[in-house]
Amino acid sequence: MTEKKQVRIEDALPGAGEVKRPYTAADFDSDVDFARDDFDEGLDLSDLDTEPMLVNIGPTHPATHGTFRVYCHLEGERIMRAGVDVGYLHRGFEKIVETKNYTQVIPYTDRLNYCSGLTNNVAYCKAVERMLGIEVPERTQYIRVIIMEIQRIMDHMICVGANIVDIGALTNFWYFFNARERLNDVLEALTGARLTYSYVRVGGLAWDLPDGWRDRVKATIKEIPKAIRDVRGLVAKNRIFQDRTMGVGVISKEDAVSYGWTGPCLRGSGSDLDLRKVRPYYHYNEFDFDVPVGANGDVYDRAMVRVAEMEESLRIIEQALDRLPGGPINVDDKRVVLPPKQKVHTTMEALINHFKLIIEGICPPPGRVYDATETPNGELGFYIISDGRGGPYRIKVRPPCFYLMNTLKYLIEGAMVADIVAILGGLNIIAGELDR
Amino acid sequence: MTNPETAKHDAIVDEVRSAFGDALLDVDRSYDDLALVVEKAAVHSVLAHLRDARQCDLLLDIAGVDCMDLPESRTRFELEYILYSIPTDVRVRVRVPVPEDDMDVATATDLWQSANWGEREAYEMFGFNFVGHPCLKRLLTHHEFQGHPLRKDYPVMGGQWCTTTSDMTEDLEERQGGVPK
Amino acid sequence: MKGATFTKNETSLITTRLDEVIKWGRKNSLWPLPFGTACCAIEFMGVVSSYFDISRFGAELVRFSPRQSDMIIVAGTINYKLAPVLKRIYDQICEPKYVISMGACACSGGFYDNYATVQGIDQIIPVDVFIPGCPPRPEAILDAIMKMQKRIDREPAPRRGVERRHEITDKFTDSH
Repeated sequence: MTEKKQVRIEDALPGAGEVKRPYTAADFDSDVDFARDDFDEGLDLSDLDTEPMLVNIGPTHPATHGTFRVYCHLEGERIMRAGVDVGYLHRGFEKIVETKNYTQVIPYTDRLNYCSGLTNNVAYCKAVERMLGIEVPERTQYIRVIIMEIQRIMDHMICVGANIVDIGALTNFWYFFNARERLNDVLEALTGARLTYSYVRVGGLAWDLPDGWRDRVKATIKEIPKAIRDVRGLVAKNRIFQDRTMGVGVISKEDAVSYGWTGPCLRGSGSDLDLRKVRPYYHYNEFDFDVPVGANGDVYDRAMVRVAEMEESLRIIEQALDRLPGGPINVDDKRVVLPPKQKVHTTMEALINHFKLIIEGICPPPGRVYDATETPNGELGFYIISDGRGGPYRIKVRPPCFYLMNTLKYLIEGAMVADIVAILGGLNIIAGELDR
Repeated sequence: MTNPETAKHDAIVDEVRSAFGDALLDVDRSYDDLALVVEKAAVHSVLAHLRDARQCDLLLDIAGVDCMDLPESRTRFELEYILYSIPTDVRVRVRVPVPEDDMDVATATDLWQSANWGEREAYEMFGFNFVGHPCLKRLLTHHEFQGHPLRKDYPVMGGQWCTTTSDMTEDLEERQGGVPK
Repeated sequence: MKGATFTKNETSLITTRLDEVIKWGRKNSLWPLPFGTACCAIEFMGVVSSYFDISRFGAELVRFSPRQSDMIIVAGTINYKLAPVLKRIYDQICEPKYVISMGACACSGGFYDNYATVQGIDQIIPVDVFIPGCPPRPEAILDAIMKMQKRIDREPAPRRGVERRHEITDKFTDSH
């Protein structure tokens, strides 16, 4: 058997055990001390010949979440001019829903902001219910609050996780994605789907909660604070993260409002506009929760506002679970809700009712309504025009991302190239909602 | 139960009526909302008044509508501006009937920056011509697309192939005065 | 890999055909280029995560550059604006290249049958495996990778629909 020889690292690599000292001017053959921050002060660079460089970022790019294009003129690392090209996921939502009836539009709304599909469903059904003049039962309202807040947590997890990944920290992404998978399991048990749920119907919900779902949600949300704590612990006081995000993409409250910002991005700039507080729906005025607001309007504030909102959502979910009443989940209105299958197979009236609802659809009275909901990204509004038929005459979606993207050009002009991904990540641009 | 917003809406209607008289064609109060139907020529002044005197600092959306199949509309097209006032919590809509043969509308980009893309989309989908807009070009459809897709006479299945990827140098040149040398 | 193994005194020898070794190497190291546009891209991110683990098939190394990958997974809706970009990216991938069309929108346009959406990416590029679903479950994507591996095992099958595709893509002027 051969003898083992112990090799000391200092023998193997000369200089390995020594403490490395930072480079100083003496290491170079120059009189410029590069270790200092102001090393280029006083240097005469006027005869340096530079050429602007045109860089195209997208439409397929790992750091842009969604397909859109940013085209920049660079002078060194600074962006002199930028242009934004969107529309690479334009799917003609507003045209095709004119050929469908109101219930058939619900899956299309799922795919608007696909990271939080249930919230879009609720926003749309709320607008149609307003048009019909009906109010959903109490149990449905609380269930809708619970699922919307779960989706808020999931959407913020994707947004903040992806934002931090682009800046370079991958671990947080996995912490958040694991927690998100737990929440997704809960929603899959309820709706049957993993991403595009289509669980909400006009007048109520598709079906009632399965047995034991409440306790399952209670158990799952106990795991979320740990993920938030882990990520916050890694990132909030991290010097590198702060350098990359503090003071980057700053926008003042007045500018943000003029650009049409809503949601956590506007709250990062200091405004406390939150539709859940200002125009409460579904008993939000009875829940005890705060609205986190940032001070400086930079990328750091937007990310931290989102993390804080996750914790507020957990509070709302706990309160809603405690208050969840029993009762029916669909409004008692034959014009809107399908009759139970048992009756359809046995009574004539229910059969005809079912037939008319499927063939003609829900027919709201002619009119126009604009209704908005606070989604994880901001104010999602639906402006619906009805002409009395079973399908909408016109639906105009007010997408929160559209107006955030409008501002991107102005946020990045004058900034460095590396700031583009930080700013983009903080805005949470979902192409499905941006382009519809 | 009276809606607290109704009183604010009443005040706005009175104010706009006394300031603009005949330019206010109609008032739509359905569903407890307020929609002021305003003449096309006066739309910029009404919007400026709402922004300054009524603090409507948030332009939420600009919706174009093709009223070809709506029997109660005056003109072929309509534009709807959806405004919100954060300090006073009031939501107002301004509806502008636009005839098919004269689709010039004054731009609102000098009042709110969010009108920039909102108007671009309305132009692209319906064909409104916003006079004074800094860059009225296609936004969501590709650069070889012809026509305005959300009009009722544009077929739903009317797809058009795009044969080249667009080169944004012309975009930047046109809008911002040239590629720097 | 098909072949015969001989073992004697701690030495192993595998005899096989060169084709088999090449196919074995290719199918077990498919580096995907996720051309993700919409909701299916989020499901693909879930497949790459450790819960569903695409890494057991050797496909964990997602490369966003077409020059460095050999399989393109088109996940999401492709509309007419993005079609020339997709063709260009597909042309830039070096042979042998494989295409997976993921989700209803990529396979056939999904339920967006209108002016904006391409009704199936096989109108532009040849597709090897179609994954139905809206969005398909992560297990379906793993199943598709396995089907792709079986496809690589077989003798190369002729690509379908070549004539109609050229009719459309011959008009694309700047793909190379």
